[in-house]
Amino acid sequence: MQPSPDMVCCPVCDALHCFPADPDPGERARCVRCRTVLANGKDQAILHIVVLAATALVLMTIVVFYPFLELRNGVFDSRASVFETVMSFSEGVMAPLSIAVAAFVIVLPIARLSLLIWALGPLSVDREPWPGAARALRWAEILKPWAMAEIFMVGVAVALVKLADLATLSMGPAFWSFAAIVIITALKDTQMSKHSVWTALDTAKTR
Amino acid sequence: MDGTGHGQDPLGAHTLTAREAGLVGCRHCTRVCAATDERCPRCGGKLVSRDPGALQRVWAWWVAGVLLFIPANLYPMLITSTVGRASEATIVGGVIELMHYGAYAVAGIVFFASVMIPVGKFVAIAYLAVLVQRGHRTKPSHLLHLFEFVEWIGRWSMIDVFVVAILVALVQFDLIATINPGIAAVCFALSVVFTMLSALSFDSRAIWDRIETLSDD
Ligand SMILES: [Zn+2]
Ligand SMILES: [Zn+2]
Repeated sequence: MQPSPDMVCCPVCDALHCFPADPDPGERARCVRCRTVLANGKDQAILHIVVLAATALVLMTIVVFYPFLELRNGVFDSRASVFETVMSFSEGVMAPLSIAVAAFVIVLPIARLSLLIWALGPLSVDREPWPGAARALRWAEILKPWAMAEIFMVGVAVALVKLADLATLSMGPAFWSFAAIVIITALKDTQMSKHSVWTALDTAKTR
Repeated sequence: MDGTGHGQDPLGAHTLTAREAGLVGCRHCTRVCAATDERCPRCGGKLVSRDPGALQRVWAWWVAGVLLFIPANLYPMLITSTVGRASEATIVGGVIELMHYGAYAVAGIVFFASVMIPVGKFVAIAYLAVLVQRGHRTKPSHLLHLFEFVEWIGRWSMIDVFVVAILVALVQFDLIATINPGIAAVCFALSVVFTMLSALSFDSRAIWDRIETLSDD
């Protein structure tokens, strides 16, 4: 058997499929064996992904340096930004943990968003893709499980409860930006299907 | 079960896989490539039909994860010093403390994320790896659901590490109260990372490779 561009292989169970065209708008094509969504026929999905990724990236810059939590008590006052939180482990044996937290909460989410915009940005405005678009798209997918911004949000909520009787806590502007990023990222991921995105990149290249 | 998939399946009851067709499917971009290709011509990803070392990697990361999970529970996660007095709290200690505040829901979340998920994940990955190694009669869709659940939920164990980081950053009032991270925070973070690597090394395609008899579909 010869490989052809019409063939699609399910990444989860290795089943072969033949898709001559994308499914109709609003419909999804699933793997016949394991039911994994292989393609979704969403109109302008690429544009949605790029707009959502760009919004999240802008919000991310607010998040990193503005305080997201403020702790107040008659005697003391303290506020923390995500950047300060990341640096909290930076002394002694805890330093590697500081790097890991920085990677999970700041570096990898930003890297993932930038890679997506690099790979799909030109496509969304009907231009030719930038060099390295394929590699960028592949890496955006590889980084997915390691970008943990939404988990950090839940961590903030738990910390709030733990400190509730020590002092009054208030949420800074970064907290709400962070919440927005989490929702935007979740929205963006529902728009993505590997086959559809890659086909879009393929057709843009040959044009 | 649903029968919707059969209409589009040109190959009938038995699904042809890329391996059986003498091809390799790219797991990054779903492209079908020739068996001789080393890298996918579309995305440049490495092509592996079946990696014989995959299960070994699953077990290696699994063992590392389990080994680090033990000190993560024995040593303190947080060291709180208030007016000269220092107190230490382990993972379970932190949960009990939350219950004292009456925050049962949050205590439940932390207990679930830090104890139930890691332990459940160790059991689930070991179960999948043993089953796939030996050949099995279990319905593949059940195993896939278990694997996808494990893969998705594993990252949430990081909550406690982030909580420690936030508390350490916020509570730094030299004389009144200071919170410092304990060694368990490092062990726990590493344990979560290793278990995630173990789940990521597992090749879900192996679930279908060694089925002895297909139960119904
Ligand atoms: Zn499949
Ligand atoms: Zn590929």
